[in-house]
Amino acid sequence: MSETHAQTVAYVRDSMVEQREPPLSQSGAYKWIHENLLSSWVNVLLTIVSLWVIWVALSHVVPWAALGIWSADSLAQCREIRDEIYGAGASVACWAVIGERWNQLLFGFYPPELYWRPVLAFVVFLMAIAPVLFASLPRKMLWGSLLAPFVLFWLIWGGSAWMPVAVALGFVLGWAVLRFAGPAIGALGGLILAIVVPVLYWAFVAGPLAGGLAAAIPIGLEPVGSNDIGGFMLATIIGVSGIVLSLPLGIVLALGRQSDLFIINKCSVIFIEVIRGVPLIVWLFTASLLLNYFLPPGTNFDLMLRVIIMVTLFSSAYIAEVVRGGLAALPKGQYEAADALGLDYWKSMRLIILPQALKISIPGIVNTFIGLFKDTTLVVFIGLLDPIGLSNAIRASTEWNGIYWELFVFIGLCFFVFCFSMGRYSLFLEKKLRREHR
Amino acid sequence: MTTMTDPPGQGFRLSQLIYDTRYRSMTIQVVAMILLMLLFSWLVSNTIHNLQNLGKDFDFGFLSQPSGYDINQRLIEYNSQSTHGRAALVGIINTVLVAFLGCALATVLGVIAGVLRLSSNWLVSRLMAVYVEGFRNVPLLLWIVLIFALMTESTPAPSAFRGEDPDSTMLFDVIAITNRGVYIPAIHFGTPLFTNGFFNWLLVLIVLGASIFGIQRLRHWATEKQEATGVRPTTWYFILGLLVIPTAILMVLMGAFWDIPSLQGFNFGGGIHLRNSLIALWLALSLYTGAFIAEIVRGGILAVSKGQTEAAYALGLRPGTTMNLVILPQAMRVIIPPLISQFLNLTKNSSLAIAVGYMDVRSTLGGITINQTGRELEGMLLLGLFYLVLSLLISGAMNIYNSSVKLKER
Repeated sequence: MSETHAQTVAYVRDSMVEQREPPLSQSGAYKWIHENLLSSWVNVLLTIVSLWVIWVALSHVVPWAALGIWSADSLAQCREIRDEIYGAGASVACWAVIGERWNQLLFGFYPPELYWRPVLAFVVFLMAIAPVLFASLPRKMLWGSLLAPFVLFWLIWGGSAWMPVAVALGFVLGWAVLRFAGPAIGALGGLILAIVVPVLYWAFVAGPLAGGLAAAIPIGLEPVGSNDIGGFMLATIIGVSGIVLSLPLGIVLALGRQSDLFIINKCSVIFIEVIRGVPLIVWLFTASLLLNYFLPPGTNFDLMLRVIIMVTLFSSAYIAEVVRGGLAALPKGQYEAADALGLDYWKSMRLIILPQALKISIPGIVNTFIGLFKDTTLVVFIGLLDPIGLSNAIRASTEWNGIYWELFVFIGLCFFVFCFSMGRYSLFLEKKLRREHR
Repeated sequence: MTTMTDPPGQGFRLSQLIYDTRYRSMTIQVVAMILLMLLFSWLVSNTIHNLQNLGKDFDFGFLSQPSGYDINQRLIEYNSQSTHGRAALVGIINTVLVAFLGCALATVLGVIAGVLRLSSNWLVSRLMAVYVEGFRNVPLLLWIVLIFALMTESTPAPSAFRGEDPDSTMLFDVIAITNRGVYIPAIHFGTPLFTNGFFNWLLVLIVLGASIFGIQRLRHWATEKQEATGVRPTTWYFILGLLVIPTAILMVLMGAFWDIPSLQGFNFGGGIHLRNSLIALWLALSLYTGAFIAEIVRGGILAVSKGQTEAAYALGLRPGTTMNLVILPQAMRVIIPPLISQFLNLTKNSSLAIAVGYMDVRSTLGGITINQTGRELEGMLLLGLFYLVLSLLISGAMNIYNSSVKLKER
């Protein structure tokens, strides 16, 4: 075969042909449009329908939003201005409501002369959260993150500066016991002591200490009650506290559910299932209506604190399930390898199991956080003024009666930005932590 | 013998309770149990103390007392003389109603959006991404309130339908969308077999169910015939007839007629009145949950590897058969568990009915009843139990399903 072939070849090209441009139909915009929009008649139909939907949506929303009126005192005045400029009946947004109620939507009824405090608190919060979120920042900043909760509490609620200091001292005390007394009396004894000593300190010493210090050196900010806090500030406080507190609790619950210890296991299962089986609203009503029954007569603590506790317990049950999924997804060899290395339970969890399990559960955990943040809106039903509660109040006022789109668009957009960026961050984290090469 | 043994002759020492792994787990559990018992007894004694101080007792007798309030939306007989227990039942049925409607619509929306998001058409997949991200990232409560505001503030009043040249007209001349709710046609029976309307509908449902069972048998028979002879008998006209004729005969026997809503006085009469609260809650729950279901469906379809499709084609299966016999059964295994948990979420989220005044179980048993009788503890306990039992039932059923479709591994 090859010989005959060799004879029939009369000429062999001895120079390369210049590379040519691909044909017009196989490159550039034409190809993209053809493949993505017009590949078949169904596709053409879908494209036409989508274009129509987009056109209808944009032709209504864009002029409405762009031509919106930004300065007016009431909806009636807004309509007058509109009639003057665009003629009666034109569909135009009245953004003036956002401008006029801006502070209220952001801070609730926080005293206006003290607005700098929540703003400063927000900046402190951002600085504290940055090193936690982004590993490229200097690790020293984490010390600031540890201090931040006390500073934030003091900035927002005010009062004597010595109270947060006295509370923080309790943690230092616990750490010191663990660090210095631990080696002397054994690990377990040290741990028990590290829990008992701070608790005793908080119960009996912290209050008088803070009082004494405040009497000696009075430093403080004007106290602001929880009732005055509202709007997005409220949603952020509840959301962030819930997120920060529910993650460790959720991990402990997940470990409890995976545990071999019968009683611990059953307690975790019952707690998780009961919490997850009942809607958050019912838990919130329980917090506001029933908590007084369960506590000693005469105790009465802040409604906001109750809500934070309930939201934390609620989302920790969900996080426990997500983390349990991650724990179950790990190959059994990892547990056995940890055992073979001679690590005890806590060391094997801390060094081998949890880092991998948590990495697997990142999307689920962040989804739970997003759900928690959205669920902060439910506090409106027990009388806290979150953004939706405020929007109801604004719509009921005489000036703005009858307005709804503008407020809901604004609130919805704010929530969207928060939740969407959380979701994106989780994608970023997943990508960063991905180890297998693809 | 190099196996490790305990040093002999020491007997049991107390320190073994902490340092010996054989006893340590026991110690931990006993300590946890004692702490838990202490906590519980503390809570219970507090509760008993507080109840005594308030002069209240723990008693569910209020459930059989007359309620004294009215419920505007109900599927069963109820008036203000009925008991609190009956009011709770009305609420439960309303919760189940909106949950059922919501699950149905959410599944339809979710499947459509999930499939379209995988479409090769760039515009369509982007539009669906906007829908999914938009609904997933904004609180459900906002959607409920927004749709309710839309329904009440931008729809015409019933008076707009009046006169020769009305401002608004009815949809297809049978559906009226007003700011007081949506009026849709109803079917009534002229010569019913039972006086209680519920049983008439039950009869219709039973006949329809029997027809569907017959159709299943027919298809089974056709498949067997196909497997035996290679030729599938034509059955579509039997199926159609079996589906329509028995139910139609029953409806005619009972004298069914359309009751079309019409303007009577200041308001619409006749037909079925769907209140704005129900519609807003239903639409918001469905759109919100639909976005989550869309992601689940998309994930399920993507989870079936491409090799499966190619293998099915290599075996000579047609695209439709490939979808039915190869792709869907595998995708379903991934889709169903999270889908059920979304249904569960929707049911629990229906307690947001409070935002629009829909009378679900939280509003009757956990709302007005508690306010009127002052029995928060009993009412909340019953309410929590209802949701808990519902969730446990559904997740129990899900676990059974899961283990039946689970891949059988070694």
